[in-house]
Amino acid sequence: MIHSLFLINCSGDIFLEKHWKSVVSQSVCDYFFEAQEKAADVENVPPVISTPHHYLISIYRDKLFFVSVIQTEVPPLFVIEFLHRVADTFQDYFGECSEAAIKDNVVIVYELLEEMLDNGFPLATESNILKELIKPPTILRSVVNSITGSSNVGDTLPTGQLSNIPWRRAGVKYTNNEAYFDVVEEIDAIIDKSGSTVFAEIQGVIDACIKLSGMPDLSLSFMNPRLLDDVSFHPCIRFKRWESERVLSFIPPDGNFRLISYRVSSQNLVAIPVYVKHCISFKENSACGRFDITIGPKQNMGKTIEGITVTVHMPKVVLNMNLTPTQGSYTFDPVTKKVLTWDVGKITPQKLPSLKGLVNLQSGAPKPEENPSLNIQFKIQQLAISGLKVNRLDMYGEKYKPFKGVKYVTKAGKFQVRT
Amino acid sequence: MTDSKYFTTTKKGEIFELKAELNSDKKEKKKEAVKKVIASMTVGKDVSALFPDVVNCMQTDNLELKKLVYLYLMNYAKSQPDMAIMAVNTFVKDCEDPNPLIRALAVRTMGCIRVDKITEYLCEPLRKCLKDEDPYVRKTAAVCVAKLHDINAQLVEDQGFLDTLKDLISDSNPMVVANAVAALSEIAESHPSSNLLDLNPQSINKLLTALNECTEWGQIFILDCLANYTPKDDREAQSICERVTPRLSHANSAVVLSAVKVLMKFMEMLSKDLDYYGTLLKKLAPPLVTLLSAEPELQYVALRNINLIVQKRPEILKHEMKVFFVKYNDPIYVKLEKLDIMIRLASQANIAQVLAELKEYATEVDVDFVRKAVRAIGRCAIKVEQSAERCVSTLLDLIQTKVNYVVQEAIVVIKDIFRKYPNKYESVIATLCENLDSLDEPEARAAMIWIVGEYAERIDNADELLESFLEGFHDESTQVQLQLLTAIVKLFLKKPTETQELVQQVLSLATQDSDNPDLRDRGYIYWRLLSTDPVAAKEVVLAEKPLISEETDLIEPTLLDELICYIGTLASVYHKPPSAFVEGGRGVVHKSLPPRTASNESAESPEAAPTGAPPVEQPDVIPPQGDLLGDLLNLDLGPPVSGPPLAASSAQMGAVDLLGGGLDSLIGGTNFTSPPAAAVPASLGAPIGSGLSDLFDLTSGVGNLSGSYVAPKAVWLPAMKAKGLEISGTFTRQVGSISMDLQLTNKALQVMTDFAIQFNRNSFGLAPAAPLQVHAPLSPNQSVEISLPLNTVGSVMKMEPLNNLQVAVKNNIDVFYFSTLYPLHILFVEDGKMDRQMFLATWKDIPNENEAQFQIRDCPLSAEAVSSKLQGSNVFTIAKRNVEGQDMLYQSLKLTNGIWVLAELRIQPGNPSLTLSLKCRAPEVSQHVYQAYETILKN
Repeated sequence: MIHSLFLINCSGDIFLEKHWKSVVSQSVCDYFFEAQEKAADVENVPPVISTPHHYLISIYRDKLFFVSVIQTEVPPLFVIEFLHRVADTFQDYFGECSEAAIKDNVVIVYELLEEMLDNGFPLATESNILKELIKPPTILRSVVNSITGSSNVGDTLPTGQLSNIPWRRAGVKYTNNEAYFDVVEEIDAIIDKSGSTVFAEIQGVIDACIKLSGMPDLSLSFMNPRLLDDVSFHPCIRFKRWESERVLSFIPPDGNFRLISYRVSSQNLVAIPVYVKHCISFKENSACGRFDITIGPKQNMGKTIEGITVTVHMPKVVLNMNLTPTQGSYTFDPVTKKVLTWDVGKITPQKLPSLKGLVNLQSGAPKPEENPSLNIQFKIQQLAISGLKVNRLDMYGEKYKPFKGVKYVTKAGKFQVRT
Repeated sequence: MTDSKYFTTTKKGEIFELKAELNSDKKEKKKEAVKKVIASMTVGKDVSALFPDVVNCMQTDNLELKKLVYLYLMNYAKSQPDMAIMAVNTFVKDCEDPNPLIRALAVRTMGCIRVDKITEYLCEPLRKCLKDEDPYVRKTAAVCVAKLHDINAQLVEDQGFLDTLKDLISDSNPMVVANAVAALSEIAESHPSSNLLDLNPQSINKLLTALNECTEWGQIFILDCLANYTPKDDREAQSICERVTPRLSHANSAVVLSAVKVLMKFMEMLSKDLDYYGTLLKKLAPPLVTLLSAEPELQYVALRNINLIVQKRPEILKHEMKVFFVKYNDPIYVKLEKLDIMIRLASQANIAQVLAELKEYATEVDVDFVRKAVRAIGRCAIKVEQSAERCVSTLLDLIQTKVNYVVQEAIVVIKDIFRKYPNKYESVIATLCENLDSLDEPEARAAMIWIVGEYAERIDNADELLESFLEGFHDESTQVQLQLLTAIVKLFLKKPTETQELVQQVLSLATQDSDNPDLRDRGYIYWRLLSTDPVAAKEVVLAEKPLISEETDLIEPTLLDELICYIGTLASVYHKPPSAFVEGGRGVVHKSLPPRTASNESAESPEAAPTGAPPVEQPDVIPPQGDLLGDLLNLDLGPPVSGPPLAASSAQMGAVDLLGGGLDSLIGGTNFTSPPAAAVPASLGAPIGSGLSDLFDLTSGVGNLSGSYVAPKAVWLPAMKAKGLEISGTFTRQVGSISMDLQLTNKALQVMTDFAIQFNRNSFGLAPAAPLQVHAPLSPNQSVEISLPLNTVGSVMKMEPLNNLQVAVKNNIDVFYFSTLYPLHILFVEDGKMDRQMFLATWKDIPNENEAQFQIRDCPLSAEAVSSKLQGSNVFTIAKRNVEGQDMLYQSLKLTNGIWVLAELRIQPGNPSLTLSLKCRAPEVSQHVYQAYETILKN
């Protein structure tokens, strides 16, 4: 099982270590640093590294490495999932998962880690339970604690810990009972040079924010549940009910959580809301090139496309770019990463946004071979591009009438246009 | 105020100050001080000096303070064992606390204090906690048993905690069940032999019930445990699968992958005709694809596992090619894995898409990735024949880009394409030659040289090209040197007139100026070959090469089956069985997929045979790769090269002969030592197990009356060593004709076709009298019986042992080699009866030192029985005498090559041992004749 955990920042300092069994020396991280050096880019550090006596399994989150040390055969996914859960918990407790936040709350962090794993076995990872055991820091509480001398560690057994619904605590009370659902869909797509779709799929999630008193039992049904044939559920969902009736039936955790995630695969046709016309060319032996892109709406179901950003990793030999946008603004980082970012804003169909100009190349260098890909971000409010629609939400088990709401939004996920 | 204040230090000694604060009367100050201590600890500072002061703070009702002290204790108890004893009392007291949270905390912490002395005090509280009324305490205690076992395994066994732990599997609370399973699994890992997780249908049922109700982590433990169970029949397997399937929709990817493991394993037991089988296949695809939308680290592990799954059951993901398309900002480790799977899924249906993608990737920035993409194009050409032409033209386009590493990589794969489709794409050679100068990597240079040598007759200036490489001969890597040597010899054999000088130059460079033994040996061999028999040289060097097989990097089916049992583990990430890399002495039990057993029919066809059963005797298999023969035939190019060719077997024999015989006829002038070369035939003959003859002693079968004795079939070539082809067989002799009865079994995943067989030269010139006829393709899990007629007119070479036979079998996948020993009695001819006078004369004539005497023990047969038994195998009794109560039989036999063997067999009534005296002009056969006697008489 998980033996130890090291938190390492981008400059290679180990700023926190926690051991659940015997102490493993920090020097084990040298193997990690070695791999990091070889990988050149932080994202490219392999997640599983073997050393003579241990295995290092790591994740990279929010500019931090979570490196765990394993001594026996453990499912690596188990470890990776757990590390992400640790990062999520920090995020949840401190609002951000950063070196500063962790150092500021080092004792809570330590208490949390101790509570999450016992001898390397996960103990309590549900945010609801953890928060009962260890209260998250708030300014008010730290003031109160310092005056009254009380602590932020709960001294009773968390109620949900052993029930059949470990994700919900008992005795929840709200004056306004609310249940909100966000249907968020991201389009992952690869569009080739000519504008045809090589690959496209929709990654959807339904995130819930439930603030309901007592033990509500909810049923969520859809107009077109058939779209959902590839789903991952929060443990609270009754799988049998879904199999037989295609209704999501569950007793929700308290607060924010991800209810389901789903994938609408490329077998179904995925609508692509934008198109890009592009012409990026480099002339042989002239140390300059042309750059011209235009973005337009495609199948946008009559909604406005907004929040458009285009990022392009330009080839290394590009020295600078002199461009004029018809709208928005652009930046180019000529020194380190050679990234061009164009913040477009929203598309007005009357006047399509474009970005044109010249590219300066290193003189004497050969014409770059690779064609830069365009990475596009956008957002469409009040639309789930797959066509998924919530039909109704019913509540059983409690008497009050909750306030309900559903919001839809479509975004670009990994949306790439090849040139 | 944040915790970062704990990191600030003052001028006075930090430890000193903390000590003062820890001993303060004020509770709040104490707590702050402990927090500071913990903060120092988290960054790896040594605060162990404060041990007694911190332990003093332990007696408190403040839970937070207590927890902090416990945290400290866990870290430092090991370094201060005597002080740690001080804490024991508090622990024991806390284990009785009315608050279950405190009871659990105490037992949990005690387990983490890795001090032997403390563990003794832990036993009683732990025993109580394991039976605690509160499930939270029980589940914590379950894990504590595993901790204790890690510290002192003997203690845990003596105290009977393991049995208590086993009982917890039947606990009413699913969380307790899950933790008990987790603890037992961990203990079992260090004790592979112990039967800790002895699963039966009842306990399985309990686990399945708990599976639905416990946390995600518990589900992983339970699923991994389930995967070790072998259901008794297909019905049970199906019912478990049905209950596991809902886990595929879990949000936790580790749960999903563990569920996939259970399903993949139990699916093996389900009949493919079952409707449920198809349903299950369909259900497996979406969750696997969903794993790919997760974080890159998860994707990586998922992809490594999908790689295995795709090899085992390609049908699951065959329609999902597109999800493996690479995005430019994927981490490199994800890109490379995706590429690998893309090639595995490539088929005629999707090849156009795949090629378009690969071409796109070949223009990316990352060099490693680009190289692999170019290589992938070559693999597609070899895998999907219809696409070969397109692949070649794509590669040519890429060569035109003149990007150095792309060109080099392309040349390496084009060489492979030539090996697969010889004489088809020669038109591209001109383009390749244009890039000769830009090649600076050994592999690309070697590939290019190979191409030039192979097609020397079509390249006008081949001699110039090769000569240009020769200039810097000594600076080249071995790979290039060897290739250059072979290529020039090839060139010489093709255009002898104008290249004589060149070949002499390279031979002298290789033999005289090089320190590399491989190079020198190869040089000498060519030299001798060319000078003794240029025709043979031509046959050897210009032999037709075997076509390379489709997928050379497939994991062997047997290893694959084992790895499928390890889906989701580190073994699956490294694609190695755990035994290959798990640390130290921890034994690992080999896992294997369960055999299919149907509930309605008790015994099924041979395919039900357990895959894991080790064969009794394993014949030696001549390693197919990298051996001398392959080397000689210049097949040492790159990874996709298989063993030496069958078609070229004449050449192969020539090579052997060269080594065995003509060593003395050395070419003039060169002064060299023979040992390195002479050692080679020995190594060829070496891998023959002497224990093989035991195979023929296996009792079974009735003596064959119409022909000589036939031994039962033995496994000659296990599936593991031959990419799934298992060969077993025996030899028979009936009415004057010898045959080899073979059973070919396909244990691989793909259909096998194009079988052929070839023998190496052997002592009695055994050779197939007809080609190996396998009429229909052999589909997976099928087997076929063939009787291959043999004759004895093949070429002769003395083997060691005498009756050793080296066999090569080819199919569409590869060429495999094995060696077997044949019983000599198949060579006893029908006209082996000698005239009496002749017998006497011959017996006297053969010198006495040629006489050999043997005992045949435990053979209580009468003289008549012996006589008739032997007669069936063409051993003829010429005379019988009775001397002093003993029966003396005088017998003769003749071998196929005309060697006569005379025998005197003494049989004493009441003594089960027979004495056999053999006389023969070639005494080396005596030993084998004796073995034949024994085999015949004892069966």
